[in-house]
Amino acid sequence: MADPMRIRASMAGDKVEVRVLMSHEMETGLRKDANGALVPAHFIQNVTVTHAGKTVLSAQWGTSISKNPFVHFRFKGGKPGEKVTISWVDNKGERRTDEAVIISG
Amino acid sequence: MKILLVSIYAALVLIVLNAGCAGGVREGGPDDGARERAESVFRASFTHGNREMAAKVDKQDEVQELCTRYRNEPPKELAEKIESTQAAAVRYPASGKFLGDWRQGEKIAQDGYGLRFTDPDAKRPNGGGCYNCHRIAPAEISYGTIGPSLYRFGALRGAGEPVQRYVYGKIYNSQAYLACSQMPRFGHNGVLTEEQITHLVALLLDPESPVNK
Amino acid sequence: MRYRLPVLVLAAMCSGACVAQQDTQKEIERYRQLLAEGNPADLFEARGEELWKAPRGPKKASLEQCDLGLGAGVVKGAYAQLPRYFSDTDRVQDLESRLVTCRVTLQGFTPGDAVKNPFSAPGRSSDMEALASYVAAESKGMKLDAPLSHPKEVEAFRIGEQLFYRRAGPHDFACVSCHGETGRRIRLQELPKLTDPKDARKIFTTWPAYRVSQGTVRTMQHRLYDCYWQMRHPQLDYVSEASIALEVFMAKYANGGEIQAPGLKR
Repeated sequence: MADPMRIRASMAGDKVEVRVLMSHEMETGLRKDANGALVPAHFIQNVTVTHAGKTVLSAQWGTSISKNPFVHFRFKGGKPGEKVTISWVDNKGERRTDEAVIISG
Repeated sequence: MKILLVSIYAALVLIVLNAGCAGGVREGGPDDGARERAESVFRASFTHGNREMAAKVDKQDEVQELCTRYRNEPPKELAEKIESTQAAAVRYPASGKFLGDWRQGEKIAQDGYGLRFTDPDAKRPNGGGCYNCHRIAPAEISYGTIGPSLYRFGALRGAGEPVQRYVYGKIYNSQAYLACSQMPRFGHNGVLTEEQITHLVALLLDPESPVNK
Repeated sequence: MRYRLPVLVLAAMCSGACVAQQDTQKEIERYRQLLAEGNPADLFEARGEELWKAPRGPKKASLEQCDLGLGAGVVKGAYAQLPRYFSDTDRVQDLESRLVTCRVTLQGFTPGDAVKNPFSAPGRSSDMEALASYVAAESKGMKLDAPLSHPKEVEAFRIGEQLFYRRAGPHDFACVSCHGETGRRIRLQELPKLTDPKDARKIFTTWPAYRVSQGTVRTMQHRLYDCYWQMRHPQLDYVSEASIALEVFMAKYANGGEIQAPGLKR
């Protein structure tokens, strides 16, 4: 199981500002290792962020997203104390879900 | 015109002032104590890693020691002595052929592999890492500026035997031409083989090399 | 004494190649500013603050009584006055070395355990990177003011100075090989002239920093370790005397610079 995501969700005016650092190798499948063999593709394909049961961000990623993806976005409707849940699924079917509590700015 | 003259004068004043100040170290001076203590601190600070590499860097060779002491600006006579001893130590190719294959030269110039504590022993030839410091072939825009641009090197100087010999010698041991040059002594220190150096000579001098087109 | 002929005073006037260089510089700078809006180091700061307050080690104690130079538990402004001499250990210490001391004295870790895992690796985070991010951030915007008055601080400077110029290894590299001239770069990475306050004040103060190429925050200890790796030297011991001496040397030229840590770098 990958390292936990580092998440910070805080109020910025009336919006919730979310910063997430995901731990993932994001191999493109084009890279060769020290022995010259191709390293198989291994990358996050889908990202879903939910709050109070609603999806606030949905992303479909490919191999151009680099290692340890960092996402920074804002959404309306959240309040301090509420949870933001972030999930990803990769091309091997591995998945990870972490959540954070919204803090005041 | 006046501004130019004032600027030149100011620059000269600055040079004179800088030359007198902290820049260089004098031999046998008050820094000797610090140097010895620094050596002992150095040895005590590389103790948990690769032992063989530590044994090598714990000792400096004569040139490294002198260049350290004079902060790469040795006095004229000493500089000349360094240059002549280093020139005498250059090993030219047994075949007498200085020009190798520029295509291989480009690969060697791009490759920074070798001699780091993460590079496995003798698994792969060392690279020259030339683009770290130099602009070379025009297609490569990710080049360093620690050393001068080598673009059009052969086109500007011709590729006659004396130039070939110079380029070979310079890469083999840069200090044969400039005492305390920052450029590694690639041949002298065993980083690159004689054959690899001939490929780099070709990269710079071969009229077919992209460097010269 | 050998004099180098001056690069023409006309350096103020830029020729074609020079303009192209400056354009490259500008574009890289613009790219970095765009990235800086969301610095992943923020996440490390948050984690560092948690770790500072978390009871850990055999003594199940937090680091909240750690003295970083301004008194027990004073974090704000402490990073701006490091490295410095500490009387309780009778030596000059930097931030990381001081965190190690507190792990031992406050939390009860053995010295061996206290220096374990200083640099994160795939699948293994380092607490040190988070703690350093937190403490450094608490000095953000302040001017670096590392002291150079205690005899041991002066001695550390003199040793660091010797080490800075020390050429060794198969590439004959010293720190000065890359950091001895203004306006140079290695590949596309600009290099500060570390003995020029103009450069040092802007760059030294951006450490620790989130390094995109590393996918994590890296500290000054890692920067030195990484430099020596490139210089074809063996592994620099964590919080070794040489590392601290070099930091004292660099801090002297960087003093007066505004701390912009944790920064963001390639």
